[in-house]
Amino acid sequence: MEQQYVIGVIVANVSGVLSRVSGMFTRRGFNIDSLTVGETESSGFSRITIAFHGDEDIKERILQQLQKLHDVREVEVLDNKDTVIRELLLIKVRNKAEIRQDIMTAVEIFRSKIVDYSPTSLTCELTGETSKIDAFIELLKPFGIMEMCRTGIVAIERGENCLKTVK
Amino acid sequence: MKISGAKIVVETLIEQGCDTIFGYPGGQVIDLFDELYSAESRIKHIIAAHEQGAAHAADGYARSTGKVGVVIATSGPGATNLVTGIATAYLDSVPMVAITGNVACSLIGRDSFQEVDIVGITMPITKHNFIVKDIKELADTLRTAFKIAKSGRQGPVLVDIPQDVQQALCEYESNAQPVIPYPLTFASEDKLQKAAALINSCEKPYIYFGGGVISGKASQQVTALAEKIDAPLGCSLMGLSAVSCDHPRFLGMQGMHGHFASTVAQNEADLVIALGVRFSNRAAGDDSRYPKHTSIIHIDIDGAELHKNVPADVAIKGDLHDSLERLIAMAEEKKHPQWWERIGQLRTEEKTHTAAALSAAKARRGGRKLSPYEIIDAISSRAGEDAVIVTDVGQHQMWTAQRYPLKKPRTFLSSGGLGTMGFGLGAAVGAACATGRRCILFTGDGSFGMDLCELATAVSQKLPITVVIMNNGVLGMVRQMQTLFYDKRYSNTTLDRSTDFAKLAEAFGAKGGHAASAEELEKLADEALSCNTPFVIDCEVDSDELVLPMLPNGGSIDDMITEIK
Repeated sequence: MEQQYVIGVIVANVSGVLSRVSGMFTRRGFNIDSLTVGETESSGFSRITIAFHGDEDIKERILQQLQKLHDVREVEVLDNKDTVIRELLLIKVRNKAEIRQDIMTAVEIFRSKIVDYSPTSLTCELTGETSKIDAFIELLKPFGIMEMCRTGIVAIERGENCLKTVK
Repeated sequence: MKISGAKIVVETLIEQGCDTIFGYPGGQVIDLFDELYSAESRIKHIIAAHEQGAAHAADGYARSTGKVGVVIATSGPGATNLVTGIATAYLDSVPMVAITGNVACSLIGRDSFQEVDIVGITMPITKHNFIVKDIKELADTLRTAFKIAKSGRQGPVLVDIPQDVQQALCEYESNAQPVIPYPLTFASEDKLQKAAALINSCEKPYIYFGGGVISGKASQQVTALAEKIDAPLGCSLMGLSAVSCDHPRFLGMQGMHGHFASTVAQNEADLVIALGVRFSNRAAGDDSRYPKHTSIIHIDIDGAELHKNVPADVAIKGDLHDSLERLIAMAEEKKHPQWWERIGQLRTEEKTHTAAALSAAKARRGGRKLSPYEIIDAISSRAGEDAVIVTDVGQHQMWTAQRYPLKKPRTFLSSGGLGTMGFGLGAAVGAACATGRRCILFTGDGSFGMDLCELATAVSQKLPITVVIMNNGVLGMVRQMQTLFYDKRYSNTTLDRSTDFAKLAEAFGAKGGHAASAEELEKLADEALSCNTPFVIDCEVDSDELVLPMLPNGGSIDDMITEIK
């Protein structure tokens, strides 16, 4: 059955590693919904969070292929129920007197933050799960979105469980 | 004492046990070649005619010995010329280290003369690759390259070394021993138990093995298992030579152009035991090829192969040699007389099909020219079991795979996965340099046109290479598909060349002859196989010869073509 999977990948922090990981997806014909990468608590390693859609079989093949890459140290499927998943959105909308109050209400309800204010534009910051981000964007659409960018998801397991390579 | 990066490369290669390497000089590897000049007595470098030939030679060296093959090329075009050779090795899991020079670090990224991003280009066709920008990491990077190349499922690794790194100076300490591979993965007991249970309860087992049996040194275990559980054996192209062709249980290569008996037996089996294979679409089709009631056990060192092309009932990641030893101990001794009765029928049917196809071909030929099998028989009857048989890609490759009596592992070198025309002569050069034994290249006039420049290398190295060209004047494999599926519209497969290959051989400094009749062939075969230098036999073959049987792409077993009237 097709579903979204989120995987955490610990890789050696070396040049080209992102190409190798994303290149594997391209070459094998797998699609990436979201990919983020950043440093970890250990300087020699980076953590890549990848979300993709597929069935159990596709998921297994992706894990196997990732594990074969020399720079990949750890791969784990993060259990949706036991994982905190977050995404960051920056979104710029028109600043007009007649809609300002509506925007402010949306910002308040979604616990978003105004991070830039100019006579003609308003920029909001929002973190949350993908569905929350999507809902916020939908809400702002009628007000005229000037531009937006979102980070893609990062994810970490709840509780004691850690995705670590340096043991 | 500080030594140059170039010297570190040479010393590390020697430390890793390299005796012969292949390559081609150029502007960005001049320092490396300068060091090779000083080290001539300790490591031999063979200069090929083309970098692609050098890469195939390193591949042939590795396939014929099991050691890591090494190829060196300069930056830019030197490096891109390696690409087909590296991809060929990658698809057939051949251990290789490719070393390329690159422009100095300060010039990288500026589209400098002869600069390409060879690391980027070869990323999807290597197990791993490196660019070394810090000389302090050079020796260890090379060692890691060897380690990766020969670990687990083997394959090529590329190391790109900018010129300034070759010229810089650094302390170097030699390793006493070549690096040892990463530890092997061993099959879990539980999975093996499940496999044994399937084996013990099946009625019609069939063992399908591939190249993993050769690289995993498991030939004896494969035949021992077959004997204990009373199973027939069939293989992929890459598996050929792992089990002697005269083993009574061996039915031959299976698949698109495989033997009738093995291909049908695989389809009728109630249990397929797949060993060191990847269920390539050419050898095993897709899962629609297998009836629903067929169980599949799949053992491979590469976990990513399990369930990749065909889902298995029991999928085991592990070293084949060890897995089979343990599996043999768990399996019960069995006899399957009914199954063997059926196998006997298939073998008889195969003989009938082959005879019919051969006599139809003979009638078409009308007594002119030579039949492919007749050519192979004339050579094999004179060659001896130790000769290394090499092929290019096309009809001649399939005829050789079907017919040549291969008896010992690593005596059959062929580009199975990538299907690289132009692989053969380079690979034969590499195998001849590595083994010192006679190498026989079966090729076609199409393929030979792509690698004939390596005759120069074969001559300069005085190698005992016999080239047998099945010259039909056409690109036969594609033509065959045009004959069968494209209404005989022979678009661009008729070569219409007038190359005289015997004279060409002489022009290169080799010997050569032309055979159009059995007598001419016998005479030339005698001469060629008693000659210890390159000899080219140009054999006339009819352009309408077909490779049969043929299982059309995506077809089921019922679509098999065994005869064309």
